[in-house]
This record gives sequence, C-alpha cells and structure tokens, in this order.
Amino acid sequence: MSIDLHPEAEPHTHALQDDLSRCIHCGFCLQACPTYLELGLEADSPRGRIQLISALAEGRARPTPSVLGHLDLCLQCRACETACPSGVQYGRIMETARATLVETGERPFAWRLRIAAMRQVLPHKTRLRALIGLLRVYQQSPLRERVRKSGILKRLPGDVAEAESSLPEMPPASFAPTPQPPGLTSAVAMLTGCVMPHLFPKAHEATVRVLNRLGYRVVFPENETCCGALNLHGGDRVFARRLARRNIDAFLSQGVEAIIVNSAGCGSTMKEYADLLAYDDQYRERARRFSELTRDVLEFVAAHDLGPLGEVRRVVTYQDSCHLVHAQRVKTAPRAILRQIPGLELREMDSPDKCCGSAGLYSMVQPEMSQRLLSSKMDDVETTGATCVATANPGCMTQLETGLRQRGLGGSAPHVIELLDEAMRATHGRD
Amino acid sequence: MPILNVMVDSVVPAYVVGDVPHGVVSGALLSALEAIVGKTYVMSTPEDLLVYEYDATIDRARPQAVVLPNTAEQVAEVVRAARRFDVPVIPRGAGTGISGGALAAVGGVVIALTRMKRVLEVDPENRIAVVEPGVVNLDLSRAVAKHGLFYAPDPSSQRACTLGGNVAENAGGPHTLAHGATTSHVLGLELVLANGDLVWVGGRTRDVPGIDLTGAFVGSEGTLGVATKIVVRLSRLPESTRTLLAIFNRLDDASNAVTAIIAAGIVPSALEMMDKMIIHAVEQALHCGYPLDAEAVLLIEVDGLEESTAEESTEIDRICIASGAREVRQAVEQAGRDLLWAGRKSSLSALGRYFPNFYVLDGVVPRTRLVEVLRESNAVAERYGLAVANVFHAGDGNLHPNLLFDERVPGTTEKVLAAGAEIMRLCVDAGGSITGEHGVGLEKRDFMAWLFDDADMAAMAKLKQAFGADEYFNPCKAFPSHRGCGEVGHANLQQAAGRLGGELYV
Ligand SMILES: Cc1cc2nc3c(=O)[nH]c(=O)nc-3n(C[C@H](O)[C@H](O)[C@H](O)COP(=O)(O)OP(=O)(O)OC[C@H]3O[C@@H](n4cnc5c(N)ncnc54)[C@H](O)[C@@H]3O)c2cc1C
Ligand code: SF4
Ligand code: SF4
Repeated sequence: MSIDLHPEAEPHTHALQDDLSRCIHCGFCLQACPTYLELGLEADSPRGRIQLISALAEGRARPTPSVLGHLDLCLQCRACETACPSGVQYGRIMETARATLVETGERPFAWRLRIAAMRQVLPHKTRLRALIGLLRVYQQSPLRERVRKSGILKRLPGDVAEAESSLPEMPPASFAPTPQPPGLTSAVAMLTGCVMPHLFPKAHEATVRVLNRLGYRVVFPENETCCGALNLHGGDRVFARRLARRNIDAFLSQGVEAIIVNSAGCGSTMKEYADLLAYDDQYRERARRFSELTRDVLEFVAAHDLGPLGEVRRVVTYQDSCHLVHAQRVKTAPRAILRQIPGLELREMDSPDKCCGSAGLYSMVQPEMSQRLLSSKMDDVETTGATCVATANPGCMTQLETGLRQRGLGGSAPHVIELLDEAMRATHGRD
Repeated sequence: MPILNVMVDSVVPAYVVGDVPHGVVSGALLSALEAIVGKTYVMSTPEDLLVYEYDATIDRARPQAVVLPNTAEQVAEVVRAARRFDVPVIPRGAGTGISGGALAAVGGVVIALTRMKRVLEVDPENRIAVVEPGVVNLDLSRAVAKHGLFYAPDPSSQRACTLGGNVAENAGGPHTLAHGATTSHVLGLELVLANGDLVWVGGRTRDVPGIDLTGAFVGSEGTLGVATKIVVRLSRLPESTRTLLAIFNRLDDASNAVTAIIAAGIVPSALEMMDKMIIHAVEQALHCGYPLDAEAVLLIEVDGLEESTAEESTEIDRICIASGAREVRQAVEQAGRDLLWAGRKSSLSALGRYFPNFYVLDGVVPRTRLVEVLRESNAVAERYGLAVANVFHAGDGNLHPNLLFDERVPGTTEKVLAAGAEIMRLCVDAGGSITGEHGVGLEKRDFMAWLFDDADMAAMAKLKQAFGADEYFNPCKAFPSHRGCGEVGHANLQQAAGRLGGELYV
C-alpha cells in the first residue's frame, strides 16, 4: 500500500511552546493519570510526557523508541487536563507533538501504518461497509471457532489474538434512518459517524427516538464523513483537517439548531474544529460556528424537560467517557438523566472518570495496558454490584462489554441514551 | 515550521557538576542497582533521566541514575551500593517540592519512593496508621475515612505529594493552625541511614523514652536518611465544620480581626487572608460576589463539636464586625462551604488571567507584624515595577507573596529574583523566617545565613554527621556551604523561571 503522507503546508494551530510553558511541574496531574497509577514511572505520567515533548521541542532529546514508547502509552484520555490547576491543554500538546513527529518524518513504522489504514478505511463508507460485512460473516460462521481453536492467531506477530477477542459482536444490521413522526417543528442534525452505525445501531435508533420525542426532527446530512478524531489522535492532523472541512460543508448548509453527536470522542473533536482550523482563512469562521452548534446528545437532552418516563428496573453504574468528562467537561448531564428514570438505581463506582482502557485504537495497539486498565475498572464495577454499565461512547461500550464478558457477569454496557429511550417507551400506551 | 526540532544529538547536562568529590555512576554500579531492584526499575538513559531533573521549583538538575525500590531492604541495599561507589543519593517522593529538595544538585542516584505506596496497617482504636513513604497524602485520608478518621496535615498539594516528602519538609496546610504541621502527627519512623543501616526512631505512641529523633528527622529535608515506614497519628473527622468569609474595606481591620480572634482564645482550624489583587482576580474569574472596593477577605473555618462550632462562629462573626468587617458570610453544609473556599482555592489560577508567570514566596513573620511586612513587601515589588498578589495563612503568619510577571519582557526574571530575596530579608528582619512550609532546599540555602550564625550552622552539621550522613547524602540541600554547590541551582534560573507560570493554589 503506498500512500502519500507528505505534509500539506499547514501551520500548527497553536504554538506548542506556548502550551508547554504553562506546565509548572506541580505534579497535581500525576494521580489522575491511569498509566502512572499502573506503573509509577514519571515518564508515563502527564508531567513526564510534557517534559519529554519539551525536550524534543528544545532538541534536548531525540525520538528514541523509548521516548516514543512513553508517548504511545498515553491514552489521550485527558484526565490530566481536568486535574491541572494551571490550565495546561494536554490533549492539544500531544496531538501537536504526534503531528509534528509525523510531518518531520520521525514517526515510527507502526504510526505510519496506522495512519495509512485510518486514511484508507474510516472516511470511506463503502470500504467500511465491506469490512463490517466480512467481520459479520466471520463472526457468524463456524470459521471463527475453527480459527480460535487452531491457535493460529497466537502465532501471528503482534497481539492479533487479543485484538480478535476484543472485537465487538457485530449486530446483524447497520443503522439506517427510518421515517420520523410528522409535525416536528424544530430540526437538529446528527452525525452518524464511521463505525458507530454498524456497531451500535441501537444507540443511534434510540437517539433519534428520544430527539423526536422532545420535538426535534433529525436530519442526516448526505455528505457527512468520519469526524477525524482517530486521525487527529494518531498524528494525522492534515487528514483530520480535510475531514473537518467536509463535515463543516455538509452540516452548516442544513440550517439546524444544533449538531448532535452521541459519541463522546467524535463530539470532543467536533467541538475543537474551531481550534483545528483556526489558521484556515476560508474555514475559520464556519469552523467556529460548527463547534458552537455541536452538542453531545446527553448534554443537549438534559437541558430539556424529559416529560413522563416509565420504569426501568435496573441497578446501573455510570462510566464517564473520557472525552465527555475530561475533554467536554460534561459530568452531571448523564447522571441527571439516569436519576430521573423511575426504578433505576444509580450506584457510583470508585473513580468513574478513570479511563477503561478503550481509548480509540488503544485497546488494539496497547492491548496489555488496555487490559490492565479494564481489569481495574471491572474491579470497581463489581464492587457496586451493578451489572449494567452505562456510558457515552462507542469505544467504551465495546470495552466494557468485553470486561463484562471476561468476568462472566452477564449484564450489558448500553449508551445512556438507550436507557432513556427505554424509559420513554415504557410510558407508551399510558400517556 | 517544525516545532519539534528533533535533530540535536548530544544531550546537554543540566548543570556543570561542581567539585564535590563524587564518583561516576559506572556500569558496575548500574549492574549492582539492577541486581537489587530489577532492570525495569533502574533508569540511566538520558531520556529516562530527563523526567527526574525537575520538581515543582524553577531549578533543574539531572541525576545519573534513578532507582525505584519496592521495599525498605531494597532502599538500604541501594544506599549501600551507592556508598560503595562514592556516589551521592537523593530521596524523592512525588516531586511536588517547591524548594528543589529532590533535585540531584551535583548528580548521583535518585531514589524515587513512588512504588512504595502501601498503607501497611490501620489501627482505628489507637488512631494510628503505618504507611510506606510513597503513599499520597490524600489517599491516606481516603483510606481511613471509613473509620471516621483522617490525616490532619493538608498541604494544598495533598492530592499529589507523598507522606515521605511531607515528613522531609514538615509540610503544613490551611488547617495547620489548629491541627499542627506534620511533626505533630508523626509518631515513629523506620529509616535507612547513610551507611545503609535500617533503624527505627520513635514508636507508636506519643511519648517514647529517649531523645526525640523523630522530631529531629521531620523537616530535615531528606538530608539525614530515607524514611521507609511512617507511623502517623490519625484524627477523628470533626462532627461539624463551619466556614466564614469576612470582607473588609481596610487591610488593617482584617489584620486586627485576626489578632482579636486568636486573642479571644478561639483557634480556628483555618484562617486565610487574600488581598485586593487576589479579590479582583477571583471576582473576574468566578463572580463569587467579592466587592471590588474591598481591601481584604478573611476565610475562617472552625471545626469540632456542633455546639462549640456554633458558638465559635457566632463569636468570630461578632469580632469581625467589631473590627470593621462590612459583611460576614457563613456556611455549614459542604456545598456552601465549598463555595466560600472556591475563591481561595482558585485564587492563584485566577491570577493567570493577568500574568503568564508568577513566583511564589514562602515567608513567616510574627502575626502582629503581618500588615507592616505586607506593606513593605508591596513597596519592594513596586520599586522593582512588579505586581504582587498576597494570599496567605494569616493565622500562623505564613505569607505567600506572589510576584507576577511576564518573562518575555527582557530583564524581568532577574528583577523577580532580586525582589524575592529582598522580601525574604524583610521577613527575617521582622523576626520571622525564610520558609513557612516549603522548605529551604536548594533555593533558599543562601538565606540561611541571615537566620543562623556559624555556630548554629555547625550544630546542624553535627546533627547530620551524627546521623552518619555526609556530603554524599542529598548534597547541597538546606545547608549553605557544601563545596561545589556554589552556583548550582541558579544556573538555569533565568530561563527556568519562565516556567513558573499558570495557575496554582498554594
Ligand atoms: C501547588 C503546590 C502547593 C503546595 N502547597 C503546599 C502547602 O500548602 N504546604 C506545604 O507544606 N507544602 C506545599 N507544597 C510543597 C510540597 O508539596 C511539599 O513540600 C511536599 O511535602 C513535598 O512532597 P513530595 O512527595 O512531592 O516530595 P519531593 O518534592 O519529592 O521531595 C521533597 C523533599 O523530601 C525528600 N524526601 C522525599 N521522600 C523522602 C523520604 N521517604 N525520606 C526522606 N526524604 C524524603 C526529598 O529528598 C526532598 O528533599 C506545595 C507544592 C505545590 C506544587
Ligand atoms: S491523557 Fe490520560 S494517559 Fe495521557 S498523560 Fe493525560 S491522564 Fe495520562
Ligand atoms: S498539573 Fe498541569 S501544571 Fe501541574 S504538572 Fe501536571 S500538567 Fe503540569
């Protein structure tokens, strides 16, 4: 596969040095960092990573495999941002660092491969659909059992076996918009995204139904594309910008009240389009408008009167999705929604805002650390006695489902919006 | 423009090593260290060492190796190995210190204690706990909360700093006024001495026969040995806590209120003051209703039995009004109290809105001379053309003037350092001291001579010798006159001072 990774002449949105200079090494972020808590090594802490990036920037260190290893082990969960009293924009620092390493040709082979793969698949609806179709066939056929039994996966390089077992079960059909009730006066647009419609059609269906119920017609712009979050996190800022421009064109022409997204990871990137395109004269203003219109579905819904809700008898614990709580700082809305559902008991776990180890592609590229974090997460889940772990992002849902399966706990990991939808539907026939 | 310019080959040493006669960290020493703690926990490549060259100060110094032991025995072996090779050792906790104590001033082996973070024993009946030094201050309080207990010393850095570092710095916090600093809460210590011996000092009760070596060790800034186990006293969570916020038009009135409260025999658990500059900054940032024409705000907290806090808070309210407060707010519930604390806790972060950099000073003056020193230190800042904001533990006379500046203006950093030294001098001349809670470390060694004469310093040096610790044990800290330590610490100050930016709660 040959692909042009050469940088377009685009400036970095923010001077890295300015961002770095805000860190005063106070260490307040250490105990918030999942990888530091696991390893206790300064190099795997936010402060340590900032120092490494500073040293790279100042030419005091070189991108050795060890340095890149510490950067790679970062989940980009941004818990350190929430913890930082000095307002250090860690997410932006890491994105810029990765992008610069890629653009200066210093990126390792694995990064390059990942970037190429993401460019080739995520924004291409037909390719994605084909891939999903293949997976579906694989998972439903006797082939899977045979492959697993043969042990062939274990003999492949890397952690193919681990990756295979962490693949979510494919639902039989993907999401497709259906006719919405007539007479809805207001309109919002919704991002369907790249993998979400295939992996979590139910979350999308629930989102549409809830929005309809609150009086909104949901518009799906034809030319929407992948939000670019994975590209951005992987150091492919150039391509992320391209996707951002396409989405801006697709959505802003709709004249809607809000742009709704139910994947926290996508939402945080979309809210940061303004940053991403701050130096793009043609798009700057529209990017700002796009970001202002973007709302996580839970944030949007929680600001409404939810009307009558039926009972959902379940003990639920809520896992904060990192990109909702740390990147978008939405913490109370999901809980407020869950608390309004009659019959539902919300039991908080220890450190609900600590990453579960999913983190985009992380569970596939860092399976060992991902698994350690998942185990510690599942310990916290188990202590609550809840087997329903609600969350707000497709990656988290997949990871937590894997966790529940590994522990043999049964239960499920739905999106909060699915529980709300269930409660709304439970009133059916009564109102 | 490539910002990450990643082409430079050599890694510049952070400091030119002075003439302290220490050996070089050799392959043989590294192997010895690896044999003790395992390969994963010995760092020696330049990239790995980079992340241990700082703490929360503006100084930097790079060690030649970092070891992360897991047990007291391993610590002892590491100290012995370094000793065999004549290499300095430097204990390190979370690196939140603001006096450079954990920096390898002349190189050497840093012993990072962050893996030793087990709470070994909690004895709720006797209200003690035995912990390893790497336990984070707040984690201990969390671990014992289910018994209705907490660990009282609460430095603002409590969610990050370790108990080992607290012991070394005798850390205090807003609630030190009533509860005392670390030294009042440490009963016994297991120590690794400079020769590698593992000894216990103190015990599990308040009075242990013999010389109080625990007391001598607490606050010794990691120069006497490595604490490997700590026996701490736990306190009962108060039945009730009340927070008051009093707003004054005049600084003197606020100061008189402080004196009057203490004179009335009330010992608030916290008594904090913020000046006009802070009030403005906080109000802009949080809109918490601080009047912009006020000169000072006092934050006062009392805790204890329901009855006594009710009584005391009424009395405090009365005293504040009598001293000229224009308004006193009160809260009992957690949410309301958090609201009152919000201004204090984010006071320095709010300053970030005006200035990209600030330099936090830590001086102590007799409480009665607070206002006077405050005026004079403001005058010093003014003379240097620097803005200054004051937020401090008024109850125990612990001042934290923050010099605000923009390092991008040429010459400013030098001014800040000079003004800082003058303000420290003011504190000493007023009968105070050069550190309330942050320690002497690397930064303020040179100021020690203002407080102590040669004989005083010699007595301290003798104590260090008595512990068997020589210049190989955390060199250049607390004491001014190690050979070779001369300019260490200020070498990078200019450039590094710029890093003191952003927003802090001290
Ligand atoms: C934003 C901010 C706010 C702060 N607020 C306060 C405050 O309110 N009150 C206060 O007192 N301090 C405060 N500090 C300073 C600092 O947090 C304390 O000094 C703390 O005790 C340091 O702990 P540490 O684990 O980070 O130690 P480090 O910084 O790693 O080390 C400090 C010293 O302790 C020694 N040391 C560490 N562990 C051991 C051990 N096991 N045995 C022997 N010596 C050891 C080191 O050699 C060094 O000399 C603040 C710091 C920051 C950055
Ligand atoms: S983003 Fe997450 S993993 Fe990365 S440094 Fe911050 S807290 Fe740690
Ligand atoms: S909390 Fe912020 S300022 Fe402090 S070390 Fe972490 S990133 Fe730097």
